[in-house]
Amino acid sequence: MTDTPAVAFSGVNAWFGTTHVLRAIDLTVARGETLVICGPSGSGKSTLIRAVNGLVAHQSGTLRVAGLLLDGSAHATDAVRARVGMVFQQFNLFPHLTVLENCTLAPLHVRRLGLKAARDLAMGQLERVHLADKADSTPADLSGGQQQRVAIARALCLEPEVMLFDEPTSALDPEMVGEVLDTLTDLAAGGTTLLCVTHEMGFARAVADRVVFMDEGQIVEIAPPDAFFDRPRHPRTQGFLGRILG
Amino acid sequence: MTVENGSVETEGYVRKTLIPPAPPPRRLGGPLAWARTNLFASWTDGVVTLLILAALAWLVPEALRFLVLDAVWTGTSGEACRPEVVGHPVGACWAFIGEKINYLAYGSYPAAERWRPNLFFALLAFGGAWMLWLDAPKRAWGAAYLFLAFPVLAYALLAGMPALGLAAVATGLWGGLLVTVVVSMVGIVASLPLGILLALGRRSDWPVVRYACIGFIEFWRGVPLITVLFMANVMLPLFLPGDVTVDRLVRPLIGIALFASAYMAEVVRGGLQAIPEGQMRAALALGLTKTQALRAVVLPQALKIVVPGIVNTLIGLFKDTTLVSIVGIADFIRVLEAARADPRWSAPAVPATAYAFAALFYFAVCFGMARYAGFIERRLAAGEAR
Amino acid sequence: MAESRTSSWRALAVQTLLVLALAALAYVAATNAGQKLARQGIVAGFGFLARPAGFDIGQSLIPYAAATATYLDAFLVGLLNTLLVSALAIVISTGLGFAIGIARRSGNLLARSVAAAYVEGFRNLPLLLQLLVWYVAVRVALPASGDPAAWGGAFLSQRGLFLPRPDFFGWAALVPLASAAGLLALWLLVRASRRAVALGKKPVSVPWPGALLVLGLPALAWIGLALAGHPVPVAWPARGPYDIEGGLALRPEFAALLIGLSTYSAAFIAEIVRSGLDSVARGQREAAAALSLSRGQALRLVVLPQAMRVIVPPLTSQYLSTTKNSSLAVLIGYPDLVHVFMGTVLNQTNQAVEVVAITMGVYLTLSLATALLMNRTNARVAGGRP
Repeated sequence: MTDTPAVAFSGVNAWFGTTHVLRAIDLTVARGETLVICGPSGSGKSTLIRAVNGLVAHQSGTLRVAGLLLDGSAHATDAVRARVGMVFQQFNLFPHLTVLENCTLAPLHVRRLGLKAARDLAMGQLERVHLADKADSTPADLSGGQQQRVAIARALCLEPEVMLFDEPTSALDPEMVGEVLDTLTDLAAGGTTLLCVTHEMGFARAVADRVVFMDEGQIVEIAPPDAFFDRPRHPRTQGFLGRILG
Repeated sequence: MTVENGSVETEGYVRKTLIPPAPPPRRLGGPLAWARTNLFASWTDGVVTLLILAALAWLVPEALRFLVLDAVWTGTSGEACRPEVVGHPVGACWAFIGEKINYLAYGSYPAAERWRPNLFFALLAFGGAWMLWLDAPKRAWGAAYLFLAFPVLAYALLAGMPALGLAAVATGLWGGLLVTVVVSMVGIVASLPLGILLALGRRSDWPVVRYACIGFIEFWRGVPLITVLFMANVMLPLFLPGDVTVDRLVRPLIGIALFASAYMAEVVRGGLQAIPEGQMRAALALGLTKTQALRAVVLPQALKIVVPGIVNTLIGLFKDTTLVSIVGIADFIRVLEAARADPRWSAPAVPATAYAFAALFYFAVCFGMARYAGFIERRLAAGEAR
Repeated sequence: MAESRTSSWRALAVQTLLVLALAALAYVAATNAGQKLARQGIVAGFGFLARPAGFDIGQSLIPYAAATATYLDAFLVGLLNTLLVSALAIVISTGLGFAIGIARRSGNLLARSVAAAYVEGFRNLPLLLQLLVWYVAVRVALPASGDPAAWGGAFLSQRGLFLPRPDFFGWAALVPLASAAGLLALWLLVRASRRAVALGKKPVSVPWPGALLVLGLPALAWIGLALAGHPVPVAWPARGPYDIEGGLALRPEFAALLIGLSTYSAAFIAEIVRSGLDSVARGQREAAAALSLSRGQALRLVVLPQAMRVIVPPLTSQYLSTTKNSSLAVLIGYPDLVHVFMGTVLNQTNQAVEVVAITMGVYLTLSLATALLMNRTNARVAGGRP
């Protein structure tokens, strides 16, 4: 008896205007798997994970997320987005709301929970990222690392089946990268399906189940982290790792 | 940590050949898919689309019918535009506009002297193009021409100077487009230098100068233009000594010049504020005095930035000139109203035609200038982005 | 920047000269004016306000009878008319402007295009021209004066809309007082709700209790007065020999001005709103979408609250513009402040200086009040949480 995969790309192509940004993507992500996606800039990594929750539309192939088919209709997209949480490079917290209100927004208005249920859910997720004491602060009062952890808590309030991370630590000062990566490690250990675009190779090595290398809009190599970092097989992968790690 | 997964790629995957970029497919589903996303994305969307389409289905044919299909293009009197005389429904009476076009353009300016307003228009267009074309050579000369030489020339041409052989033409005879352009031109030519002085004065270190400028600016910006025109009409004769009378056209011109200069001062102030402090400090460090620094470094940059704002003020001024009709000056609108009252042209379509013509005219000019301001803004933004 | 002693002496000298020059100018102007007015036999001062007016006013919110009213009464009627049309135009144009501004960024192509066409169309035509057209359109649309439409005690014809008018004087003044009390209670309710939220308690519901207070208290006062034997007197319109008499008359001029001001201002407000929406970072919309909020929810909960910061200052300027634009009433004969006071009263009394000073003073006070209000609201909106 096989579980339905969390995410299944099959022959997916996407264009921005005339630019071919995703080429023949075949990828299956199992439930509970942690997948790290890396590659040079412009390789389509962000586009790939944005396709998972429909922020980027694909023009050919099939894409199934949490068992639902993304066919471009608003209905399907909304259904998928309710089960997929996303964390952005620039945090994108809502500056006019408190931390708690940021987290309760979706439960209140999308899942239509009552006020108490939404607050309890939000406080639970904030505890998970160790920021429950900041519930009544505004994003402007927090450091970058704290803001990103709040963004993670906000996404977790959807109680999603898949979590997407688009370079979550790239906009942080170095001393704060660690606290966010620790949060991600806890999440991975807890069994959530994670798709993470990142340059943090140490994190990838320690936490990922598989590493995906992309270049020019296509998947070039996939391997478990040890094989990926110690014995890269494709010349492009070797060149990339040489530049990053050398 | 290992996870049981049923996927094929347990041992890893390596791509053999890289895929080259391919062109996008023709729109899947064609125009129907496009319509679904852009027009019928949801129930409310669909209702809105249908309502708008219904409104357009009524509006567009009506407008076409009135403006073109049923319009009367030739004729010498109102009879040509009356449906019972012509025998079919009548739209716009463009024949009326055709016959009145000289009156609309020059007012009662004597026909024999009409080459003078024409020359005036040409000289103004030349000066305006020189100043507004950002790549034009020697724009400082252009400024001297437009703000110093041209006004004198314009006055001599339009009002007349017997010494030069130009017969005097009373301002009461000027009308229509001529008056509208004269009022707008005086507004801009007077308000730009005055506005710059006020903007600089507002930043002055001397309290008397600063507060006098602030008071002046806030006064003219706080009152409606109509009250300014009434005030100029009524109070100017009172304040002047003895029997000195001010020409009936000059009174609202003074009012408009002062009014516009306050708004221009705010536009220039915005430009000055956008120039970083570092520019002034660098200029002073080079040994320039504050005045020299302003004139050579800060002001030129500020004025370049606010060209879109100046054009927008010009658009507003052009629209505001219509208010002079309320104090009895024969501008374009007033002349149009007088023309349509002509009993020879009495027909039900004539008033609508007059308003339609006025609307088309003002829209064309204002929209054109707005587009140009947007074009300049984009060019400036592109220039800044490096 | 420390100034040397010589330059500070120079500054003092120049400024003193400036003050003396301005004072001299003012003195000369005042003397000239004083002489000329004295020659015409006009007495300076505000005593003329107590003299009987002797002219009728077409539309008035307070009882005004030509036989007994003074110039001061005429002033009040004009002022109230200005405030009435401005306030209503502000409310209508805000609603319309926000709708169009949001439509300009809608996902529906037709809605976007129609909104853009509306904005360009109404912004690029002079307000005066628009008012002329609306005036004609309104009168054409109304039933002939000999055959008015009537229902529920109200009449509608080309002479205007006639409604029953309550007179809130004497005992009946309790009703507007109750209304004011209701507004005060609403404000206290809003403050209490905010304080509860800040303390982490459940927010107090505002809309329904608020509406109950603002509408219910005056209604209670009305009923209470009736029961107590001092019912609010109401003047009902009735068909007289030539015209409909009595009641509150809202003239077609009022309707034309209101529609013209509202549609014109809405175009500018739409641009302000669009600009505010554009100022919100794209990432905010992405984050809202990623949380699976619908477009409408994202707009209401995330984008619009942040856009208000950018929208409020130019919005307040636009409100002030609308109030000043209401002075165009003189064109179509709506008896606003400028038409009644700066027009009729000035012509009758020739008290030019006083009338102009009072009228300008009113508008300047409104400008100042708006600027102060905007500064306070700005501080609150920009400062984040109240």
